[in-house]
Amino acid sequence: MQFLNGITLLLVYQLIGEITVRLLGVPIPGPVLGMVMLFVTLMIRGKAPESVDQASTALLSHLSLLFVPAGVGMMAHFGRIADEWVPITLALLLSTVITMVATALIMQVTTRWFAKPLAEKEGGDE
Amino acid sequence: MNEPGLKDIWVYLSTSPLLGLTITLVAYGLAYRLYLKTNSNPLANPVVTSVAMLIILLLATGTSYSDYFEGGQFVHFLLGPATVALAVPLYQQFSRLRQLWLPVTISLFCGVVIAAGSSIGLARLLGGSPEIQMSLAPKSATAPVAMGISEKIGGLPSLTAVLVVITGITGAVLGTKLFEWIRVRDDTAKGIAMGVAAHGIGTARAFQVSSQMGAFSGLAMALSAFATALLVPWLVDLLEAWIPA
Repeated sequence: MQFLNGITLLLVYQLIGEITVRLLGVPIPGPVLGMVMLFVTLMIRGKAPESVDQASTALLSHLSLLFVPAGVGMMAHFGRIADEWVPITLALLLSTVITMVATALIMQVTTRWFAKPLAEKEGGDE
Repeated sequence: MNEPGLKDIWVYLSTSPLLGLTITLVAYGLAYRLYLKTNSNPLANPVVTSVAMLIILLLATGTSYSDYFEGGQFVHFLLGPATVALAVPLYQQFSRLRQLWLPVTISLFCGVVIAAGSSIGLARLLGGSPEIQMSLAPKSATAPVAMGISEKIGGLPSLTAVLVVITGITGAVLGTKLFEWIRVRDDTAKGIAMGVAAHGIGTARAFQVSSQMGAFSGLAMALSAFATALLVPWLVDLLEAWIPA
């Protein structure tokens, strides 16, 4: 029952997100707005209910499975990908590598810059 | 004499959602077992193996993607609630996030702009059509978000979904090696980079390295989904104004 309540709540937030996005015409996908609203709710309540925690852990621990049907969609785009495979593969590969390297380095450098001499060190308590 | 052959049964089954859904779960189950057998070698990423198995099966049996998707859509649909579910790890990591909010904000902003800008720029440089450029632009965001953005900026949402998956796999496979080469050892920085560049598939990989890297990757994926939705349409307009295609 807990799991069912949790998944229902996630769907309710997604639905509210979708409706709000359409009513207001904001350029954000519905599930993303739903996520923001759930986050705000959790902040206000001060804790994540067991049901939501269970449902989200279940969904997120098998996140890669959820991408499989979209990945199989490749077969519907073989023609397109074959026609422009050079720009597609090179741009995708290089851009992913550049993004990952740049973001990791920026995060490392900025963390050092802004790291306050906090009492909390590696392995410190929460 | 009128016994239904295997072919007739397949034809009947392939028009019902049961088949698509079942083969998706079975393929993933097998792929995941293989992945564990290889000691979680990133090259044996379960998304790669299960997608390959399914495509081979569908091609061999002459089943169309739309027939398969009758069943596959039930799994695909869960990407929506999974996106909403990201609020939970985000909330749980909030105290860490609050300490690091400035570095995280700067890295996210730069990461999202670099991801979209470099894919549009490189695709244009290499002679990709505008449709391909726009389909590539949101490739680092999680699938439902990327598809929504792709549609808004003139890409092909279903192609974007494929590119998103390939991007995630690329990130998951190369990530840990890349971080070693550039000597980034902090799990927080690695997690943020993984989540920004390779969304959910990268996050699944990050969780295997450490729970801290996973949590930050999930956090970066959630925040960058939001940032991509806000920034990319605007970035596309800006690029159009600077360098008319």
